[in-house]
Amino acid sequence: MATKSTRFPLRDQRSLALLKELSRPQRRAARLPVADDAADELQQWLPEEHRSDSPPPLPELSELDLVRHFVNLSALNMSVDSAFYPLGSCTMKYNPKRHEWAARLPGFLNVHPQQDDESVQGMLALLYGMQELLAEISGLPCVSLQPAAGAQGELTCLLIAAAYYRDQGQQRTKVLIPDSAHGTNPASAALAGFDCVTVASNERGTVDLADLKAKLDPQVAVCMITNPNTLGLFETDIVEVAQALHENGSLLYIDGANLNAILGKCRPGDFGADMMHFNVHKTFTGPHGSGGPGAGPIAVREELGAYLPTPVIVRERGEDDRPRYRLDYDRPRSVGRVHGFFGNVGILVRGYCYLRSLGPEGMRRVAENAVLNANYLLARVREAYPVPYGQRCMHEFVATTVDGDDLQEVVRYWQQRHLLPRKVALTAQDVAKRLLDYGFHAPTVYFPLIVPEALMIEPTETEAKETLDAFADALLAIRREERELVREAPHTTPVRRPDEVRAARHPVLTWHELEQITQDR
Amino acid sequence: MSQAAYDPRQLRFSESHEWAHLEGDIVTVGITDFAVDQLTDLVHVELPAVGTEVVQGEPFGEIESVKTVSDLIAPVSGTVAEVNQAVQQDVTIISQDPYGQGWMIKVRVPEGTTLDHLMTYDEYQQQIGGGA
Repeated sequence: MATKSTRFPLRDQRSLALLKELSRPQRRAARLPVADDAADELQQWLPEEHRSDSPPPLPELSELDLVRHFVNLSALNMSVDSAFYPLGSCTMKYNPKRHEWAARLPGFLNVHPQQDDESVQGMLALLYGMQELLAEISGLPCVSLQPAAGAQGELTCLLIAAAYYRDQGQQRTKVLIPDSAHGTNPASAALAGFDCVTVASNERGTVDLADLKAKLDPQVAVCMITNPNTLGLFETDIVEVAQALHENGSLLYIDGANLNAILGKCRPGDFGADMMHFNVHKTFTGPHGSGGPGAGPIAVREELGAYLPTPVIVRERGEDDRPRYRLDYDRPRSVGRVHGFFGNVGILVRGYCYLRSLGPEGMRRVAENAVLNANYLLARVREAYPVPYGQRCMHEFVATTVDGDDLQEVVRYWQQRHLLPRKVALTAQDVAKRLLDYGFHAPTVYFPLIVPEALMIEPTETEAKETLDAFADALLAIRREERELVREAPHTTPVRRPDEVRAARHPVLTWHELEQITQDR
Repeated sequence: MSQAAYDPRQLRFSESHEWAHLEGDIVTVGITDFAVDQLTDLVHVELPAVGTEVVQGEPFGEIESVKTVSDLIAPVSGTVAEVNQAVQQDVTIISQDPYGQGWMIKVRVPEGTTLDHLMTYDEYQQQIGGGA
């Protein structure tokens, strides 16, 4: 494919060759002398039948080739440290580097989970402090830091709900979930043994209160709502939703995925939530998918506190009258363990540093600037990419590549069929791929499912106006570009449009499989 | 079973992108190349068993792609007389040959059934904006 016509020449030094392909016989990273008696000793330790006749078939490379291979591959990786990353719903905000320093302090890094409580008082104090911060932010007093991700937080809360109703002698089997929800909500509900019932959105893009009320019956245990929702809209009826649920004896769960938009501004516990989870990697700057495992802490109302996973961290007064922290395992009504030991501490240290360095005023500014940035982008692009729901948004918005006077009809058709009634000049996939040529990560596409050809854009508060302008300029330019150019994008990446089905169905994950395929060819 | 591709100009079309072909008391049903294009990479198709009653305008199955899951809507009412086993085993046949090997079901329809309620090729092209 010729790329001369674009402004983005292919950077062909970016090799994707595998180590196996770079391998040459007898090449070595290092040749170290063999200790004379080592071979003899080995023969004593390892019985004949367990010894291999030949060395393992590993790639043979010089150290320099090896280093270049990995350094070049790492340079191909797009991250929030290298590019604007407006991935809707994922809150790809910048992760301050001082958090990495804190998480690597020896007192956190080198503790062993089997150490006794007395010897890890500092770490327990930090975790207890994190619990207090999350209780204050959520307005829900009882916190567990144990779940390892948002989805595990959802599952844990649903298990808590199930235990709560069991104690009450009630059999409740249903979980209500709006049609704009993240896929994890129904997945968690199903895993916890509940049946899912979908609640429709109204023409404003928020939960249809009438539909919700119509679906309330004595079997409804929990309603899971993301607020603001995935369309970037605040659920303005949330207090009435909570009232209706509580009158029905049901619980309101808040999916905290979009907490960034309301941080320090309003509290789920104050608008009626009974339980919620936090995504430390979204709202509190834990690195996404790197820097160690994640955390999805949960907070629940007082009367649900007894059901939290064990252990919980409690604070007591020591003999010297100073606070002592202890892991409490004696919790008979607990749903049990959901994670080993204290949960994933490293990411919690990062989140704690973030919240303490922001302070209450800083948290409010996070929410304000996240909302301001999203609304600025919305205003700049909506003429070229209509936004079916909402003149204004919270921290993100969902635009569409569908244009034309019949947009509302197309949206309605889509919601019924999940197909478009007619051809569109530009698809969300095309725009997403073409943005890569402009040096931007693509937004989330084809989600939420209630908007056709959806582009879900979340800039976060950490981006400057100049970056937002450059991104808006790129989106507007793509709308004007020749269709062929856009349809064949990306033109500048070493891999163009991969075969997603084959990659998902027949992934080549091992060297052995690769060899098999190479031989078959 | 092998099936020569129909000429789409001879077929009738529903608003929801199914095509239908009537021969005797059997209506063959599939989805259009436009639907296939939109769905992009197909991963799975769910079809009814032989003997199932299908109702015009109601879902008779589901097709799943990497992008979405979409209902398949029956263009006529009747009884499923035959199901294309081949596309259930290899759904990509539908994208390769939507008007031939990629047919989905054959429906036995009551006497007097016509396809007059469905769009002609030209009408369908107009709906999807042919030439765009």
